[in-house]
Formats: sequence, C-alpha cells, structure tokens
Amino acid sequence: MSTRVWWLWGVVVLAVLALLPLGLTSYQTSLATKMLILALFAMSLDLLLGYTGLASLGHAAFFGVAAYAVGLLTLRAGWNPWLAFPVALAAAAALGALYGLLALRARGTYFLMITLALAQVLWGIAFGWRTMTGGDDGLPSVPRPSLPLPWSLGDTTPFYYFVLLVSGLAMVLLVCIVRSPFGYALRGIRESESRMLALGYNAWRYKYLAFVLAAAFAGLSGALYACYNRFVGIEYLHVVRSAEALLMVILGGAGTLVGPAIGAALIVLLENVISNYTQRWLMVLGAIYVVVTLVAPRGLMGLVQDALRRR
Amino acid sequence: MTALEVRQLYKRFGGIEAVAGVSLDIAAGERRALIGPNGAGKTTLFHCIAGTELASAGTVTLFGKDITRLPAHARARSGLARTFQITNLFPLLTVMENVLLAAAAAADVGLALVKSMASYGALHERGAKLLADWGLAEKPSVQVRHLSYGEQRQLELALALAGEPRILLLDEPTAGLSAAESARVVGMLQALSRRMTILMVEHDMDVAFGLADRISVLHMGRIVAEGDERAIRADPQVSEIYLGAQ
Repeated sequence: MSTRVWWLWGVVVLAVLALLPLGLTSYQTSLATKMLILALFAMSLDLLLGYTGLASLGHAAFFGVAAYAVGLLTLRAGWNPWLAFPVALAAAAALGALYGLLALRARGTYFLMITLALAQVLWGIAFGWRTMTGGDDGLPSVPRPSLPLPWSLGDTTPFYYFVLLVSGLAMVLLVCIVRSPFGYALRGIRESESRMLALGYNAWRYKYLAFVLAAAFAGLSGALYACYNRFVGIEYLHVVRSAEALLMVILGGAGTLVGPAIGAALIVLLENVISNYTQRWLMVLGAIYVVVTLVAPRGLMGLVQDALRRR
Repeated sequence: MTALEVRQLYKRFGGIEAVAGVSLDIAAGERRALIGPNGAGKTTLFHCIAGTELASAGTVTLFGKDITRLPAHARARSGLARTFQITNLFPLLTVMENVLLAAAAAADVGLALVKSMASYGALHERGAKLLADWGLAEKPSVQVRHLSYGEQRQLELALALAGEPRILLLDEPTAGLSAAESARVVGMLQALSRRMTILMVEHDMDVAFGLADRISVLHMGRIVAEGDERAIRADPQVSEIYLGAQ
C-alpha cells in the first residue's frame, strides 16, 4: 500500500475510535480501552516476532515490570502517577537492555526458552517478595493520573481518550519505525542474517535496538494497563500473558502491525464473551491457536492479502 | 598496490587442517581465480577472507589494513563485498527492497529510526540503476522467491556491487546456471570496472580461465601452483591432481 492510502486508513480508523464511546455503554468503552492497551502490547511484540524474526516467550516481563513500577512508585513511594509513568517506561527499556544482552546470544528455540526463563525470574521475585509486591495478592488501588481539566481520568470515557491518545501516538511511532531504513534492516535480518552481515550491517546491534524498543513499547502498554485495572498482579508477568501476546500477533498476522492490533481486539472480545459460558478460557485459547496455524498460518492479515491479490 | 594479502593462513577444525599455510598476493584490479578439487580448502579459505570464519593463524590484509580479526560486517564496511555459493537473498522481500537494503548499507542510513525509507530518493535511484545494470529493471516489485534461479544469481551480484566495493569475492558465481545463463553472467563480470579487484572460487575451469588473469591452485589446504592460464595448463602437478597420476 502507498503511504497516502496508509495515512487515509489511519485517519478513518482514528475517527471511528474517537467516536466509539458515543455509541457504547460504559462497560463496552472499558473493554475497548483494554483492547487498545493490549493492541499496543501485541504490536510491540510484532516488532520482534514479525519484523526481526525473534520469537520471544517472555515479553510479559517488560509489560509487568512497568506495571509494577507504576504500582510500587505510586502506592509505596507515594509518587504522582505522571512522574511514575516515564520512570516505568525507562525501567522497561532498561530491563530490555539487560535481558537483550543475555537473550540475543541465542537464536530460534533457544532464544524463546531464554526469554521465557528471564521473564519467569521476575515472576518469581514478584511472587516471593510479599512485603514489597504483595505476592499473589498483587497491588490493589493503583491511582490513575489526574488532569487539571473538568474531566477525571477515573471515569471510563475520559480514560478511554487518554489511552487512545497515548497508545495511538505510540502506534504511529511503531509504524514509522517499521517503514524506516531501520525497519527494512530488521526484515532483512529476519530473511537472512548472514546476507545482512555481508552487506555490512552489524546485525546484533539492530536486533538489540529492536529488543530494547519492543521492551519500551511493551512497558508503556503495561503502565497503562496498571492504571486501567487500578491493580497490578503477578499474572502481568506470567508466561500466559506472553503466550497470549504471541497468539494475538499470530492470529492477526505477524509482520503487519495492523494484524496484531486486530488480533488483540479479537482475543479480548472472545475472552470476554467466552468467560460468560465457561471457566476454560485457556483451553479455548489453545484451540484457537491450533485452528489459526492450520487454516491461516499467516493470520487474518494473510487472508486479507491473499484475497486482495486474487482480485 | 596489493589489494588483498594473505600470509601463512591456517584454519584448523579439531584435528583437520583445512587451510595449511596459504599465502596470496592479489594486486589491485587483478582478477584471480582459486581452483582445486573438492575438499581442497577453497571454501574455508574464502570464509576466512570474507570473515564468516576466523583464521586459526596467519593474517589477512586488505589494502594495507589488517582485517584478520574483524567480523564479517566490519570487513564489508572496509570495502569487501561477497556473493554466496548457495543463493542468499531476502526471499520474502521484493527485488527493489533487496537492493534498497544493500544501497542503505552503503549509504550508512540503517540506523535511521523514524524517517520513511520512501523519502530516501537517492537510494531508490541507486537501486533502480543497479536493477537496470543487472537485467532486473522489469521486476522491482516481484518477491525474490518468485524469481528464476538465474535472476536470483544476477540479483546476488547486484547486491554485492551496490556498495561499490574495492574487492569482490565470488563464491562459484555460475554454480547451478545453464550454459546460456552462465555465459551471460561471465559477460557481465568481464564488463566490471578494473578499479575493482576480484577473487573468485570456481569449480568450472572454463569459467575460471575465461575470467581470471591469474589462477591459484589449492590442494590439501596448500597452494600448489600459481600463474596464468598457460602456466596452469602446462603444470604437471595440476594435471596430476585433476586427472590422477599418469
């Protein structure tokens, strides 16, 4: 698609999202907020999985660490959420910088296992350090930021717009990144790292930067989620959250950014609907994964692309 | 001036000495072919020069700069380009995206994070010129995996030349090509500027003799003969290696 078509679509989608709360109940608006936050999380993972070809099973580490940073700084240290936010973002990026050094020594399945292990280390700390993190009780009543405006972010609709603004800007930035020479280089590394080296690209540096960027965007999503739920719990760091994000990316179509956002929205919607009928959401999630890999290995966007090509 | 100098190069894999004390001097602008039977150590020597393997001992010098310990990407930045024996491209990207990546590496804009690739007009011009030179001008938006094998070999060369390298390493440039395709690639290689030095590993003797000024014959990890076509054809040791003792 040409750049102009891209921006046109972006404006249309943004307009629809901006008008959305007018037609939704408060509960549905809250669900849409969750979709936006998790869409950003899935898109941040897509930078690694879809563009760089790095399958991480520990992406929840960055989501969770930023959420805990917001929770701990506001509740334990009494910080203003506005101040806690950038620190949470920096914490996620710093953790990405550390974990990247360790994980990028491996590739393929080994990369997957190392990212999983590194994330579980944090989960173990959050679980065990009860006095600080509340253990499996988590941190309840995380405050939302306040505005010097007549609207309170404690209300559903203003908070929706706040999330739309912040995650929307982050998403635009992600789109710019994948369309830049850096984004091209990431795709080159996914396709053939040895060829990239022969062309003079220091592939490690690119992968590392992609890892840190993905961690920072995941952190932003985690910080928003802590405010959204007004709660931080150990499940934020759990492998299930990482796996769920992988599924969002694969369901929507890896390497498209739009796909993972759609995948995230669908998963949130399905979880919400299916949980009305059964407790076995994880089993359904597994079944969805199997069906997607069999029927649409390139995800929903893959189906769309095939349909467009056939026309 | 010496473009590439290899001194007493050794490469050992466990107990096996794949390259056993090779020395090469390749003058600037020279076309040199490296030939030898299977298992002679050609590919290993090639890897040690390109940087995909590091030598166990000895030195590799590129225009007076010691590159023995440099990783492959740093050698590429020092003006050394290579092709691969087994086609190594970006199969899911388009032909244009392939050459853009090569042109972006040469222009050193790879770490530009936000500005769109579409806004780099000079890179697109460079890419279009490369595709025109290498007979791919009709296919910029075709995915590389859909190209014929011959076209992929041509694109492989276009990528290697995108950065205007000072020295070009070719790993069996005509491997797997039909006679007609092979002749076409040889013609294109012959037309390359003499400002560029070329070292090629070649299995096909006719291609090697057709392209190279001088030929080095490798056997059991050592250089056993070196000279122009006539000297190599007349060398009794070379015919013994290739044809067996008479």
